[in-house]
Amino acid sequence: MADRRQFCTFFLDDRFFGVDVEKVQEVIRYQIITPVPLAPRVVRGLINLRGQIVTAVDLRRLLQVEDRQDGRLPINIVFQTWQGIFSLLVDRIGDVLEVDEACFEHPPDTLEGIARELIQGTYKLQGRLLLLLNVEKLFSPAILNRQRRATKH
Amino acid sequence: MDEIIKEFLTESLEGLDQLDTKFVTLEQNPDDRDTLAGIFRTVHTIKGTCGFLGFSRLEKLTHAGENLLSLLRDGKLSFNQEIATALLAMLDAVRTILSEVERTETDGEEDYPALIETLHRLKEGGGVAPPPTPPAKTAPSPTPSTTEAVPSPVVAPPPHLPPVNVIPPPPKPADPAPQAVITPVAALPEPAPIIQEHPVAGPAPTASPPAVADSSIRVDVPLLDKLMNLVGELVLARNQILEYTILQENPPLQAASQRLNLITSELQEGIMRTRMQPINNIWAKFPRIVRDLALSCDKQVRVIMEGKETELDKSLIEAMKDPLTHLVRNAVDHGVELPAVRRSAGKPEEGCLLMRAYHEGGQVHIEIADDGAGINPIKLRNKALERGLITPERAGTMSDQDLRRLIFLAGFSTAEKITNISGRGVGMDVVKTNIEKIGGVIDLESELGRGSTFKIRIPLTLAIVPALIITSGGERFAIPQVNLLELIRINEEQRGVAIEYVHSNPVYRLRGKLLPIVHLNRELELVAGHSNAVNIVVLQAGQHQFGLVVDQINDTQEIVVKPLDKVLQDIPVFAGATIMGDGRVALILDVLGIAQQARILSESHDHNVAAQQREARDRDGERQTLLLVRSPGNGRLAIPLAPVSRLEEFPADQVESAGEVDVIQYRGQILPLIRLKDILGERRTADRLAHAESDVPTSDLLEVIVFGDGARRVGLAVDEIIDIVQDVFEIKGRSTRSGVAGTLVIQNRVTELFDVQGFLHQVEPLLALAEEA
Repeated sequence: MADRRQFCTFFLDDRFFGVDVEKVQEVIRYQIITPVPLAPRVVRGLINLRGQIVTAVDLRRLLQVEDRQDGRLPINIVFQTWQGIFSLLVDRIGDVLEVDEACFEHPPDTLEGIARELIQGTYKLQGRLLLLLNVEKLFSPAILNRQRRATKH
Repeated sequence: MDEIIKEFLTESLEGLDQLDTKFVTLEQNPDDRDTLAGIFRTVHTIKGTCGFLGFSRLEKLTHAGENLLSLLRDGKLSFNQEIATALLAMLDAVRTILSEVERTETDGEEDYPALIETLHRLKEGGGVAPPPTPPAKTAPSPTPSTTEAVPSPVVAPPPHLPPVNVIPPPPKPADPAPQAVITPVAALPEPAPIIQEHPVAGPAPTASPPAVADSSIRVDVPLLDKLMNLVGELVLARNQILEYTILQENPPLQAASQRLNLITSELQEGIMRTRMQPINNIWAKFPRIVRDLALSCDKQVRVIMEGKETELDKSLIEAMKDPLTHLVRNAVDHGVELPAVRRSAGKPEEGCLLMRAYHEGGQVHIEIADDGAGINPIKLRNKALERGLITPERAGTMSDQDLRRLIFLAGFSTAEKITNISGRGVGMDVVKTNIEKIGGVIDLESELGRGSTFKIRIPLTLAIVPALIITSGGERFAIPQVNLLELIRINEEQRGVAIEYVHSNPVYRLRGKLLPIVHLNRELELVAGHSNAVNIVVLQAGQHQFGLVVDQINDTQEIVVKPLDKVLQDIPVFAGATIMGDGRVALILDVLGIAQQARILSESHDHNVAAQQREARDRDGERQTLLLVRSPGNGRLAIPLAPVSRLEEFPADQVESAGEVDVIQYRGQILPLIRLKDILGERRTADRLAHAESDVPTSDLLEVIVFGDGARRVGLAVDEIIDIVQDVFEIKGRSTRSGVAGTLVIQNRVTELFDVQGFLHQVEPLLALAEEA
């Protein structure tokens, strides 16, 4: 079984994630984000990607990990999806890894909530686990609207 | 479709649109030879081209019309209403055939024998029959250059040449001059093979006025759209460069960026102009509509148009077509009174419909005015009360003007009798919605007994709009200027007294009237900025005005509107986003959305409207997709497709059993299988059931409908899947047995609706079982 896949990897703190490298359009450093009032909490705002307006989604907030405390700026991973172009804000970008399909395993039963829906499985790499994210699902309105901001009315 | 046919269609339809107007002009002035000649030319061109393309039916019809027209043009017949009606009927028939051509590339089956007969009869009966022409004379002249001096004794006025420039290049109007001479001779049965007779005849160069043909070309609209987008990008880039260079101490760079600035502006204007079309493109058909309409309701209406050449963006022209048509129809049908009524009111019998268009303040203004009965506010009030659209308390406080505006509410039609012209359910609310959709505004003025005027303002273009840039909570926002009325600044000393409260609702006294105040920071849940003065942006949202308090007013700018992602489109207060000069994104406020959110619009009647609309939607139902299957006993059962995950076919012998349950191995899992007949309750009549049992064919294949996903799947085995239908369904009858939610009529047959919820509930234990396994 020489089935190998390439993943673009990135970090939230020391959590290690991967997405199918073909879904990634580009990786860019932090851009000024225009916040969108009343938007779901996971949507950090809009960035200008060479004249195109792109919605930036905060992976931390999406996975219900608390906001970063060290004040460092996130990195944009720009995805081309069925729903349009999105940017995913992550802490740090990793290498592109080629991973053997054989070391894939479905997520454990203990994984719950939104993480269960977004993490398709894990790759057991040497010394650490790579969590595979479902990109198409990540940016679907149903997921993004899940954590609707509590409105005043 | 063939390129030639496509061009033929475009040109013919363009020509026809102009003809409607010309006919109406002609009715008012029957001796207008020039107009007649113009009509003749257009019909002749269509006839000539379709002969070449082999559309013989269309050719026969236009030929008949052309014959009649040529007599009119030559003054051998005089124009009357009967002739006008017949010719207009011919135009409609030509349109029908052309749409047939567009669809099928043939000219259809319909021959219109009665119409052709009428045209012939009118030609014969109307006056002196044309003197027969010696056949020799009718042979096409070998010298195509003869234009005016055709040496034919038959035709008195010089034949007006068909405009060569409107004919597509391939079907050359081979020597149109002689053709025009031939046509009066109706006796000639075969006008078709002109081209064959002149295989190499030049396109009569002397005859064509070269100006139009040489100075315009056809361009695809998508190409213009693309250019427009690119210019939008360029405008943004320009804005950015300008902002950077201002900070630089670099004169050559500044000079270059100034040039870039000017050129970009000019380019933007130029590209926008390419998309501009005169409003006459839609107005042209109105005289005809008004004529037909007036005739059918025995009224006399004159149409006056001002500013026909006023231009606006093509997409807006398209969008304005239906609202304007509706307004014009309304004006004739409900506005202008019957001649007798007008006479007794001391008005001329002939009503007047004035259509005016002009540019002002970067917007297009359109007015549709009639001098009819006007709108009676009392009538509207009573109607609105009757329908529960307003409360009596509110009705008491409404001004006449407010009452008149009630006609823009949904579910409002005041026509005392519903005519076949208007009052067909599409109301003024739709007109208003359509106009607002393109960023426009509509209002009306009316005076009882003097008439009504509808005033519309729409932007010149949609992609690039002038906007006011404001700051609130540290962020910039753009407000489209269409909605902007005025700006008010209240100094620090006065801020305490300027904003007053009506029971905790802030208001501002604007020239003696109370203006509701909305704080943008609060609506958007932003951190309040600290500014010393109060800045109020007075905005128009539909028929309401309100003041929006913002932290800071920056400047006005041309912005390029970009849509927001789906997730953000749910937020009603934003209309889109744009990129500012510094490269940052700014949100565009949707003034109507803000008004709604701040409940400026949500007075009692609006609640009612919303409720009514919701009700109407519920009544109409959503479109549903249903799977039609045969139920035991040869009945039909509909299963909603939405909860179905897959349709599968299994060989019958793959069915195994686990305990009491039939199962099948499916995608590495065990799929519990339920048979439809086990789920459905028995019918009451046992003999029918017995009959039904014998009726079930034993098939080797099982059709299985799979519900659910992952491990929680269940299969429903049915005998046969008949069809998948999509429509709005309404439950007609109650359920008569278990497993059925009700009965519907689908494809004219009574069909039972499967109770999916009940079924899934019933099989719940099986799902749990499968999951454990």
